[in-house]
Amino acid sequence: MTATTSAPDSQEAVGATRPAPSSDVGPGASWFARISLVIVCFLFTVPTLGLLISSFRPREDIITSGWWTVVTGGNFSLDNYQAVLDVGMGPSFVNSLAVAVPATVIPILAAAFAAYAFAWMDFKGRELLFVLFVGLLVVPLQVAFVPLTQFFNNVGITNDFLKLWLAHTGFGMPLAVYILRNYIGSLPREVIESAQVDGASHFMTFWRLIIPLSVPALAAYAIFQFLWTWNDYLVALIFMTSGQEVVTITLAELVGSRGQDWHLLTAGAFISMAVPLIVFFGLQRFFVRGLTAGSVKG
Amino acid sequence: MGNAVQAVVAIAIGVGGVVALFWVLNAVVERLPKRQEELLKPYVFVGPAIAVVGLFLLYPAILTIWFSFQTRVGTPAQEFTLDNYVYLFTDSRLHSALINNLLWIIVVPTVAVAIGLLVAVLSDRLKPTSEKIAKSLIFMPMAISFVGASTIWLFIYAWRPPEVEQFGLLAALAGLIGDPPATPILQMSDFRLNSFALMAVVIWMQAGFAMVLLSAAIKNVPEDTIEAARIDGASEVQIFWRVTVPQIKSTIVVVTTTILILVLKIFDVPRVMTSGDFDTNVIANIFYDQAFTFGDRGRASVVVVALIVMTLPFMYLNIKRFREQEAQR
Repeated sequence: MTATTSAPDSQEAVGATRPAPSSDVGPGASWFARISLVIVCFLFTVPTLGLLISSFRPREDIITSGWWTVVTGGNFSLDNYQAVLDVGMGPSFVNSLAVAVPATVIPILAAAFAAYAFAWMDFKGRELLFVLFVGLLVVPLQVAFVPLTQFFNNVGITNDFLKLWLAHTGFGMPLAVYILRNYIGSLPREVIESAQVDGASHFMTFWRLIIPLSVPALAAYAIFQFLWTWNDYLVALIFMTSGQEVVTITLAELVGSRGQDWHLLTAGAFISMAVPLIVFFGLQRFFVRGLTAGSVKG
Repeated sequence: MGNAVQAVVAIAIGVGGVVALFWVLNAVVERLPKRQEELLKPYVFVGPAIAVVGLFLLYPAILTIWFSFQTRVGTPAQEFTLDNYVYLFTDSRLHSALINNLLWIIVVPTVAVAIGLLVAVLSDRLKPTSEKIAKSLIFMPMAISFVGASTIWLFIYAWRPPEVEQFGLLAALAGLIGDPPATPILQMSDFRLNSFALMAVVIWMQAGFAMVLLSAAIKNVPEDTIEAARIDGASEVQIFWRVTVPQIKSTIVVVTTTILILVLKIFDVPRVMTSGDFDTNVIANIFYDQAFTFGDRGRASVVVVALIVMTLPFMYLNIKRFREQEAQR
């Protein structure tokens, strides 16, 4: 399968290309290829572009003329962004960060410890326990919602953030363990053994050696999990019960209650997309690696 | 700003808490005699991961199966019943949703993989810079949330009465070709046209994912196999179908099944765009309504049991593939 996560293997990134074929036999890009690609790229970009342009147009203009009419001129301002921040998008943005950052760090750390043990320590049930994680990769999250709601009630966990961290940690764990174990298991045996000869404990080996060596895999998974939790709607919808909101919830509520207020929806959508887009354009190479490795997630 | 302070404190507690947990657990084990320490330490390392997976996935899965055989909460006693399974096999709303899910899992993976493959093959022939730009544009929707993507497409599907100017791109284009549509596309349930309009959103998001993986696979196809076919006089189209595709088959399978599992549980897009109305409902939305709108635990659970059954083949395939990989190590 393509989920190659072993260390020596550098994943193909979006920008990776193979050397151009020798000019005398290579077909090059025919006009057909070029034109088809331009059309597909145009079709894929237009939806986002239309929304982006509209988010800067005055409220009245958006719903009285198509956004494409701006080619002949129009008014632009940041008023829509101010307006949507005033109806709750601001606090939601902060809440999304407060959910997504720990919900990324916690599973990574727990999974890295487990991955190290699965790869380099001997213990009873190792194989069986790891197969459990592989099997759980595709389990639908829906299995957890009703029992977990009851569990949180019974145990008395009422803090929304804590509930979401715990839920995301549980849901993200199988993939994290799977990716990190593949990577950590492919580190050279001599490096780990030499550390132990020098008298380092497993705990020291883990912090001083494994974590620094695993940065590529950790970063790949971190970006994957961060976008997953930032973009999540369902888990937040179920576990955020005390009136706090994250960006996806606020945006969905705006769609439901103010579906005609396109000045709010367009700007709100862009505020919710800002962080993922920054991560995407800034860390595309790592993001691709995370996706590639994560292509078994359920 | 109190909100931001609260968030920073929350982040610090969450992140600090997990570091402290491992530090304490390790410190405790290191105080034990050497033999016991050696024996226990692996479990300290894997323990927390196993605990959360057990508590948040495995135990709930078992409970869900158990709940699916119980009468709904609120009835005098939680008795054993098969009523929920009768509901699963006879409810017409549920069956309508299942038909939609079936359409989703056939259409979305197929079209997304086809577009991904097309872009991967064609962009492979461009200069590196153009290739990178083309792929980034196709790939970008992948970073957006389903809710954000739904908003983007709601704007495209926006509809106004035919006598006023349309600001939704689709209705405006329809108006250019013929008469402006009399109803919004999301309400056109003939031939489940509106479901296809929802699928377009997810295809738009997933085609980039397919493209990235397929592109990586295509670049791993040995150049000499293609050269050999070219020397034998094969056309580019023949080379694609007879040389390239067979060599990237396993990637096509992985990408297709990954998208398939994703759309099997599709929830956000129908929820936000139509609330499942106008015959666009899907089973994950029925689950949500049963569990959290109507509070019927039994019916919600039986829907999840159906979902679990549908994912079992993929679970089996994953484990099988993992064992094969291990054997090769």
